[in-house]
Amino acid sequence: MTVHTITVNVNGEDEIVEVPAHWTLLQMLRYRMGLVGTKNGCAGGECGACTVMLNGAPVNSCMVLGVECDGAKIITVEGLSHDGQLDPVQQAIMEAGGVQCGFCTPGVLISARALLDRTSKPTEAEIQEALVGNLCRCTGYVRIIEGIKQAAKLQKP
Amino acid sequence: MSREAHPALPEFDYIKPKSLSEAASFLAEHVGEARPLSGGTDIFVRMRDGVFREKYLVDIKGLDGTDEIAFNPKAGLTIGAAVSMNRVSAYEAVQKHYPLLADASNSVASYQLRNRATVVGNICNASPAGDTIGACLLYSGVLNVHGTDGERQEPLSTFFKGPGQTTLKTGDMATALHLPLPPKGFVGKYLKLNRNNRGDLAIVGVTACAYPNKDVPSGHSVKIALASVAPTPLVVTAVEEFFQKEKLTEVSISEAAQIAMGACKPIDDVRGTARYRKMMVRNLTQQALSAILVKL
Repeated sequence: MTVHTITVNVNGEDEIVEVPAHWTLLQMLRYRMGLVGTKNGCAGGECGACTVMLNGAPVNSCMVLGVECDGAKIITVEGLSHDGQLDPVQQAIMEAGGVQCGFCTPGVLISARALLDRTSKPTEAEIQEALVGNLCRCTGYVRIIEGIKQAAKLQKP
Repeated sequence: MSREAHPALPEFDYIKPKSLSEAASFLAEHVGEARPLSGGTDIFVRMRDGVFREKYLVDIKGLDGTDEIAFNPKAGLTIGAAVSMNRVSAYEAVQKHYPLLADASNSVASYQLRNRATVVGNICNASPAGDTIGACLLYSGVLNVHGTDGERQEPLSTFFKGPGQTTLKTGDMATALHLPLPPKGFVGKYLKLNRNNRGDLAIVGVTACAYPNKDVPSGHSVKIALASVAPTPLVVTAVEEFFQKEKLTEVSISEAAQIAMGACKPIDDVRGTARYRKMMVRNLTQQALSAILVKL
């Protein structure tokens, strides 16, 4: 097994990580860095439970190799809050009742954060489009979508 | 090593060459053991399923300008092999001059996946269901290929040989896709039939286009490309020939839809039966051409 040593910035901290060549970013985050907020659902790029931000854009971390992230900047669900303050998407989705079993939530939060980063006032259709890759089997999406609308209002302009 | 409920990737080594020549040499020295890697969204799935068993993945992202996209008002559009589908569909010149490609890109999987998936990868993967392939065929796309013998060009019209089979040989890497400027008045439409509204593979895909052409008796060229209904993406030349004589009307559209239905050779699979696919080819061809007729 070949192991590569990479430098990666995760949630604002520079880290040097030893990662086997065939490990995904998801495995690296969970088993090398202890960041178990990011979930393994389908391991095939379909369910979105493993969504993280890679250089500012959401990706399925099961579809990226850890070693490909040498020099990259990663934000996981653990990196969304700042100084004890939840991100508006966390606050609003929680308050809207958009969390039931919670397994899809970390991925949904990253997709929602990425959407609001690129569109500050998304329409309902844009919110739905942004969540195509995040499967939720509990909520029926209505409260998640409501939460994202509220988050857009909570955000500082 | 894996503690996952789902299979992890099998062991392989990751190679990051400094140039395309270095990548080509490595691929040529490791025949059957190495595969070029770009977005990886098809490769990783196939490796997990045990279909691909390479010992080396050779990452060609960003080598020698493969991460660039550029438009020239005379020459057309060049999309580097590592340019993600989201970058393609957000590119202003694509929205303006190649909207059919933007629509097709946006119909692929999810936003997250399209941040990794590439148009060139979609073509090289050569799935009969490839969403962007129809648009690239109708825009007369040509692939730039870097091989062990140097650079060459492969027109998409003769590129596909079977499911996952192309004219690419060991040591070859597609480095960019070139689309010439579309003919004046080009109108296109992509219709995709899914099991659910978004995020699925095509049960049937119909890409259609039309543009004024003084060199044919009808005054218009009309082309269609079909997805998921043959071993390769299928351009139906019989429809193109039919519209050389026939003007685009409600009546001729119905006839062309029958021709398209007759030309495709679908199979039964988990997403639909051959019979259903044939009928959907007819219906979607009719819908796509009717939508074009309104805009032409």
